[in-house]
Amino acid sequence: MIALILRDLRLAVRSGGGFGLGLAFFLLVAVLVPLGVGPEPATLAKIAPGILWVGALLSCLLSLDRIFALDFEDGSLDLLATAPMPLEGVVAAKTLAHWLVTGLPLTLVAPVLAVLLNLPAQGYLWLVASLALGTPALSMIGVFGASLTVGLKRGGLLLSLLVLPLYVPTLIFGAEAVRRGAMGMAAGTPLLLMAGITAGSLALLPFAAAAAIRVNLR
Amino acid sequence: MSIWEYANPKKFMETSGKVLPWVAIPAAVLCAVGLIWGFFFTPEAENFGSTVKIIYLHVPAAMMAINVWLMMLVTSLVWIVRRHHVSALAAKAAAPIGLTMTLVALVTGALWGQPMWGTWWAWDPRLTSFLILTLFYLGYMALWAAVEEPDTAADLTGVLCIVGSVFALLSRYAVNFWNQGLHQGASLSLDARENVADVYWVPLVICIAGFVLMFVTLVLLRTRTEIRARRLSALLARERMA
Repeated sequence: MIALILRDLRLAVRSGGGFGLGLAFFLLVAVLVPLGVGPEPATLAKIAPGILWVGALLSCLLSLDRIFALDFEDGSLDLLATAPMPLEGVVAAKTLAHWLVTGLPLTLVAPVLAVLLNLPAQGYLWLVASLALGTPALSMIGVFGASLTVGLKRGGLLLSLLVLPLYVPTLIFGAEAVRRGAMGMAAGTPLLLMAGITAGSLALLPFAAAAAIRVNLR
Repeated sequence: MSIWEYANPKKFMETSGKVLPWVAIPAAVLCAVGLIWGFFFTPEAENFGSTVKIIYLHVPAAMMAINVWLMMLVTSLVWIVRRHHVSALAAKAAAPIGLTMTLVALVTGALWGQPMWGTWWAWDPRLTSFLILTLFYLGYMALWAAVEEPDTAADLTGVLCIVGSVFALLSRYAVNFWNQGLHQGASLSLDARENVADVYWVPLVICIAGFVLMFVTLVLLRTRTEIRARRLSALLARERMA
């Protein structure tokens, strides 16, 4: 399992594209929004939590179709499916690798982008906490979507259509936690609810994703 | 006699063919009676004027939009557990109906909201959850359309339907948490103290019954079409082989 994670990490870092691309996209969103909305600090401070969360979500979406597609094409997914490790474990390892490559860097970069968007000072802690707790759910749900579309020729657009509705609860609770935190209100409730979604997804979705992969490899 | 007998496509075709007129005619009658009664023979409500009459389309469509998804969830589970093809095809057949009901509910709601709330659209929890439900229906149908192998498509959409149900439910409560609503509370229940007045209640219930039967009719029809399409493709495949 650790070998699989390391392999995925190495592939992501060396093959280029996937690793830096998500971060670059996140940066672009944070730069483009003020250009579109206007530079007023008050407006930006108000929309910063939502923009940062939507940006993180979209850049997470960007790298999803690569999770299984390459392995499916060169046949290594078949090998993984017949390996002694249960397919659920493979899915969990892939999720962890995807999170290490996208979710974790996004979480670390978010405070810097929050400066660009003029997020109030008390919001930073909540921003990092909510992204740290929420991005694993984004990766997990995304891996589930990717496993549904793995056999398809052009699954990319379909993948977004399948995954985005599933992202709704995480987005709502995550952005709400940051918004409340930034306004100096108690933000514990949405944060805990979001952590609940993350925990639930991590516990249950590997089974659904593994079932979908088995169907696709049949 | 058990319900699983109807998992046999032949048996299903026979029975559904016989049942169909007995559902279709009451559906048409109930819809006609409920809608005509509702539109022309109910008084205009105080403060609402004639806009209140949109309720006879809006409420049944909205109820069906949710119930159709529930029906798809049940049939998907039956397909995944017991591998009955009719069940998977019924889920496939129901999805476009559910999408239509969702859109009807959204459009009639917008038409009513414009004069009453002063806006076509508000990020009210129920509106938002219906918009999300629309996305779920679209994703489900897109997945059916994208996968060529029918059994694979049935399996994948089944898994999506089950996972989607959980997330749709989560979204509904998340949205409630996120914004306060403009909609009224429950006012059609049999046990509630404050309900819609009887003049409106009776035709509305007739409309709801009509919509339920209309849905049953459409699902039976569409499932029959799907079965025939499946038979046709099997015949064509056999011809190509020969």
